[in-house]
Amino acid sequence: MVRTLSRRGGASRRRRTANAAATAMVVLAALAVLTPLVLVLVYLVGQGIGAIDLAFFTQLPAPAGEAGGGVAQAVVGTLELLALAAVIGLVIGIGTGVFVAEYPDHPLVPTVRLLSDALIGIPAIVMGLVAYALLVVPLRHFNGLSGGVSLGLIMIPYVVRATDEVMRLVPGVVREAGFALGLPRWRVILQIVLPSAASGIVTGAMLAMARVAGEAAPLLFTAFGNQYWNFDPLKPVAALPLVIYTYSISPYDSWHRIASAASLVLVAFVFATTLLTRFVFARRAR
Amino acid sequence: MDHTPPPPTPPQRPASRRLAKRRRGGFPVGDRLFDLIVLLLAGCILLITALAAFELFRGGEPALRRYGLGFLTGTTWDPVHEEFGALPFIIGTLVTSFAALLLAVPLAVGSALFVSEYAPRWLAEPVSSLVELLAAIPSVVYGFWGIFVLAPVVRSVQLAIFLSPSLRGIGFLRSTPTGLGLFTAVLILAVMIVPYTASVARDVLRLVPQDQREAAYALGATRWEVMRHAVLPYARAGILGGVLLSLGRALGETMAVTMVIGNRTAIVDGLFGQTATMASVIANEFTEANTAAHLSSLILVGLLLFLLTIVVNLVARVLIHRLTPRGVS
Repeated sequence: MVRTLSRRGGASRRRRTANAAATAMVVLAALAVLTPLVLVLVYLVGQGIGAIDLAFFTQLPAPAGEAGGGVAQAVVGTLELLALAAVIGLVIGIGTGVFVAEYPDHPLVPTVRLLSDALIGIPAIVMGLVAYALLVVPLRHFNGLSGGVSLGLIMIPYVVRATDEVMRLVPGVVREAGFALGLPRWRVILQIVLPSAASGIVTGAMLAMARVAGEAAPLLFTAFGNQYWNFDPLKPVAALPLVIYTYSISPYDSWHRIASAASLVLVAFVFATTLLTRFVFARRAR
Repeated sequence: MDHTPPPPTPPQRPASRRLAKRRRGGFPVGDRLFDLIVLLLAGCILLITALAAFELFRGGEPALRRYGLGFLTGTTWDPVHEEFGALPFIIGTLVTSFAALLLAVPLAVGSALFVSEYAPRWLAEPVSSLVELLAAIPSVVYGFWGIFVLAPVVRSVQLAIFLSPSLRGIGFLRSTPTGLGLFTAVLILAVMIVPYTASVARDVLRLVPQDQREAAYALGATRWEVMRHAVLPYARAGILGGVLLSLGRALGETMAVTMVIGNRTAIVDGLFGQTATMASVIANEFTEANTAAHLSSLILVGLLLFLLTIVVNLVARVLIHRLTPRGVS
């Protein structure tokens, strides 16, 4: 197509060469971007598959340097932290999203939207500092609650944006139909608009959860990590990203193996969540 | 929350009866209560932002008072003698971020062009999903890969430079061959920020009107000339917004950088030099800080990072919003 065009147009040799070179560069750029993805995934699978066994999910860590053991406490800890994060992130996030989408004339809406956009850019580690100041300092020791809160704070703006975007996609006539039936605004929103937007909100929420599931930075000095079982959110709680961090920078080969297994499990979890929600949502949207 | 039936059919009779009953007064109680709840939840965002700024300021204030503006220009970071200057980290953050942008932006724009202009549809969709998966890999996993795969490669490059008689004399390239340092951090960072520019660039390129391309083709332009003179200039501002979004990510990126940059609290001294960034010094030292001055200095670094990333991200948003025609999501 292009070649015929340029020939007929009498493009000079130099222009044709430039065109071919540009095409090559564009293709190479795409390849260069995808190469690291392949390299990382191949390495993770190669190293991680052999290191994942039942013990990984069921046992506590072995003493430093000894083979065997698992990180069961971190698998459970990550789920605990995610549950805490979800409570904060979803309640505030969906509530704010509803406010921004359904009360467009409210004077606070521009400010809320602006701040929510600003919050998205704040580095996770800074949110960790905030959670530290709010919940670790008063309690005088590291605790899981502060970790969950820091992850929840990170989730909020993503959930706000997702809720806002999908609720605005619900046509105005649907709301008007509800009002015409004499429904009050709160019932129109809760029983008509929210259910129609539900699949989009769920997608946004799942993507936000997947994103914070891999965060280690804010947990370093909030949840802190734990080598033992602990179900008390007011004490230090373990998490897979923290395990990956501390085990990768340790000098023990057996810990490196666990770190590779933990990385693979985490990436598998994040990818599965991302792809599954995309797939489900894309199908519904059609 | 309590009712979520998929096809919502409003209960008609009770509603119409209620309408008749409350025609004059509207639906005050339920609506007011709901308005209040939603407003309170939205107010949480204001509260959180204010609280974050307040707590960071309160935590960093002792250091700010003690070191003043010298905190920004001081080059010594010495917890033992309680002397804290953050310049090495500010430089570390800026150098790693901009170097990563330099590597990432051409690749990101190239891959966006590939996806939106060059690739056939069957290839474009999977490629753009794969690029977005790059953003889904957790930072700490990039760090893990960086330590065990990238660092050994960089180390062998360093060794080769060290052994080469012509290169070893160049101060800029001189280093201890550990594989950990600025260069490794920049490479990892570049990989991590590519998807942000790429996805914004792709969206903006798709918004370039087809007429724009056809007009250029009609003048006999080659495909590259169409891109260069008709498509890219049209999308320039939006792409810049994407670049700033990537910059915001790079400035605050923590785990991967902490794991591969070497964590030396001094100004970077060469391409492979070990140094630290604002985020990495917090991650690396916060749990070990045991003096009030050290903690406060780290929180002050956090406050700087907070302000820096807010500004960069808001400018990015403004650019993307203003230069993107309405109706894009």
